[in-house]
Amino acid sequence: MEKFILKYFNMIRTIIAIIIGVLISVLVIFIISKSPGDSLRYFLTGPFMTRSRIGNLFETATPILFGGLAVSIPFQAAQFNIGQEGEIYLGAALGTAFALSFHFPVFMYAVMVLIFAGLVGAGWGYIPGILKAKWKVDELVSSLMLNYVAYFFGLYMINYHFRDKKAGFLVSYELPKATWLKQFVPGTRIHLGIILALVFAILVYYFLYHTKLGYEIRMTGFNLHFAKYGGINTFKVIVLSQVIGGFIAGVGGMVEVMGIHHRFNWQMSPGYGWDGIVVAIIGHNHPILIIFASLFLAYLRVGGQVLNLLSDVPSEMVTVIESIIILLITAEAFLSQWKYRITVKEAAAKEVKNEPAA
Amino acid sequence: MDTILSIQNIVKVYPNGVVANKGISFDIKKNTIHALVGENGAGKTTLMKILFGIEKPQEGKIIYKGKEVRFKSPLDAIKNGIGMVHQHLMLAPDLTVAENLTLGIEPRKWKIFLDTKKAVDIAKKITKEFGMEVPLSKKVRDLPIGVRQRVEILKALLRNAELLILDEPTAVLTPQETESLFKTLKDLKKHGKTIIFISHKLKEVKEIADEVTVIRDGKVIATKDAAELTEHQIAELMVGREIKFERIAPSPKVGKPLLSVKNLRYVNKENVEVLKGISFEVKAGEILGVAGVEGNGQTELVEILTGLRKPLSGSVVINGEEMSGKTPRAIREKGVSHIPEDRMKNGVAEAASIKENIIVDRYYKSPFSKGILVDWKYVTKYVNEIIKKFNVLAPSADAPISALSGGNIQKVVVARELSMNPSVIIADQPVRGIDVGSEELVHKFLKDARDKGSAIFLVSADLDEVLELSSRIIVIYNGEIVARFDDVENLTGKDLGPYMLGVKREV
Repeated sequence: MEKFILKYFNMIRTIIAIIIGVLISVLVIFIISKSPGDSLRYFLTGPFMTRSRIGNLFETATPILFGGLAVSIPFQAAQFNIGQEGEIYLGAALGTAFALSFHFPVFMYAVMVLIFAGLVGAGWGYIPGILKAKWKVDELVSSLMLNYVAYFFGLYMINYHFRDKKAGFLVSYELPKATWLKQFVPGTRIHLGIILALVFAILVYYFLYHTKLGYEIRMTGFNLHFAKYGGINTFKVIVLSQVIGGFIAGVGGMVEVMGIHHRFNWQMSPGYGWDGIVVAIIGHNHPILIIFASLFLAYLRVGGQVLNLLSDVPSEMVTVIESIIILLITAEAFLSQWKYRITVKEAAAKEVKNEPAA
Repeated sequence: MDTILSIQNIVKVYPNGVVANKGISFDIKKNTIHALVGENGAGKTTLMKILFGIEKPQEGKIIYKGKEVRFKSPLDAIKNGIGMVHQHLMLAPDLTVAENLTLGIEPRKWKIFLDTKKAVDIAKKITKEFGMEVPLSKKVRDLPIGVRQRVEILKALLRNAELLILDEPTAVLTPQETESLFKTLKDLKKHGKTIIFISHKLKEVKEIADEVTVIRDGKVIATKDAAELTEHQIAELMVGREIKFERIAPSPKVGKPLLSVKNLRYVNKENVEVLKGISFEVKAGEILGVAGVEGNGQTELVEILTGLRKPLSGSVVINGEEMSGKTPRAIREKGVSHIPEDRMKNGVAEAASIKENIIVDRYYKSPFSKGILVDWKYVTKYVNEIIKKFNVLAPSADAPISALSGGNIQKVVVARELSMNPSVIIADQPVRGIDVGSEELVHKFLKDARDKGSAIFLVSADLDEVLELSSRIIVIYNGEIVARFDDVENLTGKDLGPYMLGVKREV
């Protein structure tokens, strides 16, 4: 038992953090709701009650998963690039512009647009990467600032050059049908994007754990000095990890436009980059765990929407739960005393066993 | 004689599961010099940290002057009259000696302003009382290490320390400085102080200590009068078996130079010339030892040789090709391997597995990878073989480095660096901080590599290690080579001391 706890300590700690977070939110619901039993039921089981809500779950998880994968690659290289929000936004905005400006044969139209959006994101990741590698500019600061540049530049491109004036809203022209990602589950908006996201998750997993570049990225993240000493070109790793992360973010942004809205309609930045950071942290930057983290976050989001719709509890509550869970997971010291006590017990037991018989 | 300190059944487990102390008990008599000896990793330093309030034990009692004590912090220990001189001195380099001595208890004018004059007076008084000369108005950074250590001792005395703990005080000293330290310690004993002297240099223990406590593997093996034991006996108690201490056999054959360095110069960020024209050669089948007090340019020299730093000027020829300023990978490709000074900083990635650590210099080559993919199946098989060959004690090739002991981590580093048949080996402190068993193994691996024709450049702060292994020795002082010894047969540490201190120079 103790051995098991030590081995899976991180996972157990994550699960306990989630449980505590949910318990606290239950408590809050009990305090503020007039009919707490119903509210709780809406919140916890709501996301599974109708077909369209189950659909919502997967629709919501898709862009979050792309965001999480985009974050995991630079994070594994210990490059704290948090520019995914901008990469997603700009990838979607310029991808839309590209799709509206150029035409390709039907079978390759969607792919071309996605590649272009990915390249936009990659370029946006290159800037903090090269600044860090060449001049030691802190990527956290530069990528954060670039988010604003991306947002306003994307907004300008759509509102001034690709705005559909007949739509009545601030949106772009509708994308050509050939670029739409098929919604394949009747009664929901679940689209091919989720398949693509899962494929990306598996590819990112193989990339990080089975390719040479993935190895270089992880070693650089573990210990930069060690990587340099071993002969790894850390300059290349620092830049490429952010470029590749940016590519995934750019694709993710465009997938959302091509799968759900079919036109660019984000007057506000959608926040998938920030969600990506959250799920990357919950999933310890591991692509497969990030799939589950994305579904979990989507579950909280949809539960929050149901709560908002059917009860007297505001959906802002969900943000509170999310924050508590993230706080508990990221607090290194959380439960460390427990682990320490088990370690001491284990070590003591081992010592006694090794003592020669008197 | 009275007992001043009684340590009873101390048990300490670190959060990573290492049991450093397994029920340690012994007494220290008032007004004696008590040596605490044991191999690296035996638990000496941990015990002293507990005594000084830095670490807390899981079990056990400390009885100090007849009362049970439980120090919450070093400040607590100091208040009770316990002083500690750490292995790495804790002084403010930019303050003067007098300022360092009175730091934290500085005299004030009107309760606000520093009274520097009075500080000097206080400092003067204490130096006079114990007859220890130190330049009071000089900055600590300008003092040699031996004098800094004296400042550290005075600092403890000024805070009324009655029990002084010295953690491996001679590790950074030359033989001449050590002598002067011992005179000081004997004087302090005359003044009624009690001293705990931690060391693993037995000659010194014999010379200075009244009583000796030997610790092995976290347990007390014996506490005895120093007079009752010979050096050899202490050594065997420490290691738990018979040991030999001798120079390794000379190399069977010495070949052509594989590493030649000419006129290497380096200026650091603070604009200090750290290397002032270094030249030497290492031939196939020999070990060139570098003796010198740490911080005289060895670190920079090694980093330039291995491509981690770029020199200002000069040439580094490896296997006949100019390699100065090339990348670490290009240099490794020429057959250079590097056992780094600080294994946790450069030598390993702690959170990564053993196999990931072993392949860092070869993962991109066949058969370790095919195309863009790393062949983990092959790597696992390969690393398992290496682990066996180099005697690394590990649960599996997938275990993270952090699960290994210091000696085994170093064996992983050495295994990686010696397993590709290097033509040049740069070994910087190859056995620092590891147990004697691992130390012997690492030395044997180096000797085997030498006999197979590698050229080895050995840097070590441990003179015995340099003397034991080297075919030739150079002494480095202040960025220059100040002496070269081609015949090391009858050389002793005493012969090298004056050069290491910069008192004498030959070249």
